[in-house]
Amino acid sequence: MAAINRDDVAHLAQLAHIEMSAEELDRMAGELAVIVESVKSVSEAAGDDVPATSHPIPLTNVFREDVVGHTFTAEQSLSGAPDAYEGRFKVPAILDED
Amino acid sequence: MTENNELIRLSAAALADKLAAREVTSVEVTQAYLDRIAAVDGKVHAFLHVNTEEALAVAAEVDAIRAAGGAAAEELHALAGVPIAVKDLIVTIGQPTTAGSKILEGWYSPYDATVVERLRAAKMPILGKTNLDEFAMGSSTEHSAYGPTHNPWDLDRIPGGSGGGSAAAVAAFEAPLALGTDTGGSIRQPGAVTGTVGVKPTYGGVSRYGAIAMASSLDQIGPVSRTVLDSALLHQVIGGHDPRDSTSLPDPIEDLVAAARTGNVQGMKIGIIKELHGEGYQAGVENRFNESLELLRGAGAEIVEVSCPNFKYALGAYYLIMPSEASSNLAKFDGVRYGLRVLPEEGPLTIERVMGATRAAGFGDEVKRRIILGTYALSAGYYDAYYGSAQKVRTLIQRDFEAAFAKVDVLISPTAPTTAFKLGEKLNDPLAMYLNDVATIPANMAGVPGLSLPGGLADEDGLPVGIQLLAPARQDARLYRVGAVLESLLEAQWGGPLLDRAPSLTAPSPTDSAPAVAAGAPASHGGSH
Repeated sequence: MAAINRDDVAHLAQLAHIEMSAEELDRMAGELAVIVESVKSVSEAAGDDVPATSHPIPLTNVFREDVVGHTFTAEQSLSGAPDAYEGRFKVPAILDED
Repeated sequence: MTENNELIRLSAAALADKLAAREVTSVEVTQAYLDRIAAVDGKVHAFLHVNTEEALAVAAEVDAIRAAGGAAAEELHALAGVPIAVKDLIVTIGQPTTAGSKILEGWYSPYDATVVERLRAAKMPILGKTNLDEFAMGSSTEHSAYGPTHNPWDLDRIPGGSGGGSAAAVAAFEAPLALGTDTGGSIRQPGAVTGTVGVKPTYGGVSRYGAIAMASSLDQIGPVSRTVLDSALLHQVIGGHDPRDSTSLPDPIEDLVAAARTGNVQGMKIGIIKELHGEGYQAGVENRFNESLELLRGAGAEIVEVSCPNFKYALGAYYLIMPSEASSNLAKFDGVRYGLRVLPEEGPLTIERVMGATRAAGFGDEVKRRIILGTYALSAGYYDAYYGSAQKVRTLIQRDFEAAFAKVDVLISPTAPTTAFKLGEKLNDPLAMYLNDVATIPANMAGVPGLSLPGGLADEDGLPVGIQLLAPARQDARLYRVGAVLESLLEAQWGGPLLDRAPSLTAPSPTDSAPAVAAGAPASHGGSH
């Protein structure tokens, strides 16, 4: 498995929408390299014949009656929003003007 | 004051009896706890919010119902009027929920978690919200954005994590009961290092609706208390099916209280997990562990050794699965729907850049570390090697448990490899911090239930040691049956509960009965990370 470097961390931070300073990238790259190294053995633990487990106790076909349940009012939904306008979430520009 | 001191030291079960017999009122009990919080929480910092008014109002309501008598009084829940603290990862109407993060500072949930609804239905006064590592990510509460919690046994040491606030609140007699959440040991490991009891129920046994998710396939809400019976009582309140959680088990909840009251290990087979003791475990932890084994053997249990060879991969697999799920769960903190919004200092104000600035300012180091690690493990080209492999390890761990439980009724191990370490000691070494959960993680990976109870004090440092019991999925009752026996054997040996030996936190000297805060006591606050 490839080691994780500073450029990888910068790319991942962008994907994860977390702005990082140069110092932060350096520190994070060092720490993550150590962590990734320590979890490497996991990829060698199980052979191809071992199925993956995504949930500890699988339940299937969890349905509910198709009726309207509890819903929040617009006021409740917006109560924690940093910005709202006329009963809606107010979002910064989606597209860059350039 | 003496009277109040006696009240706050009672178990929840004893308090419930006194309330039912009308020897004491819920207002008196709740006020005694609020007074205790006012007296010691400046040093312990177990609470992020204290819910004085509402707690007293609920207490007064219970008292009025009891005083009026009749059918309404008869119908009161056994724990009605017994106060409780709630980990601040669990959402509550009327109190802020921060998850220990700046990104949710001052946020109020418009709904109650299912477990909170159940506390309200049982009319248990909620004392407040307890401190935790940010988004429950950590083993020491040092990753809380609001400063660490201090271990009541030694204020310079960690109370465990992530639920250090709930465990410390119960250990410092600031609450008789608390709710915790356990993703890799966050209920059990704090229980171990604070000399208290904590239970991670079977995955799906308690609804997760309203617990802010870290890793959805591992997270589980559970009870925190000072006795095994008290955890059973609380487990019974919060457990059972909830249609709002699609992973909630449809099974009816077993009579856990009866299991705790009729504990018996005669003829039971108890397995020591070869991989979860010995090398890497502190000598004092091993000694107390071996002592517990002797007591159980003396009570008629057969102790055998079992091997779970794949447990050695559990920690690594956990640190792939947990961050992967966390990175996805935490994507919702985008500065739009709730919480913090931070604008970039320069350049255009697009949503991408606002999101980047908000998450940079709102998340702490450990949260960022796990989000980046999770994003890495899930990225194209690495998915099979990391996340896929970790999921296979999960199967291997489940098979190890299955093989072990084919031979024994319950498993036993130390809860944590060491006693409480000093605040700051492992803060800059993430891997050393992660190792604290080595014995608790396998249960989350397989979904099986686990209980930690105090096993005594380590010889070398006089700090609490935790004993962990593990049972097959859906067999939580076994934990209470065995836990209650071990607890009573240990307490008979100690001559009372372990917490009787914890420092009082208030009295400057044993002769001084004034409730004043000890002069010159280390109020070592102001954690600055």
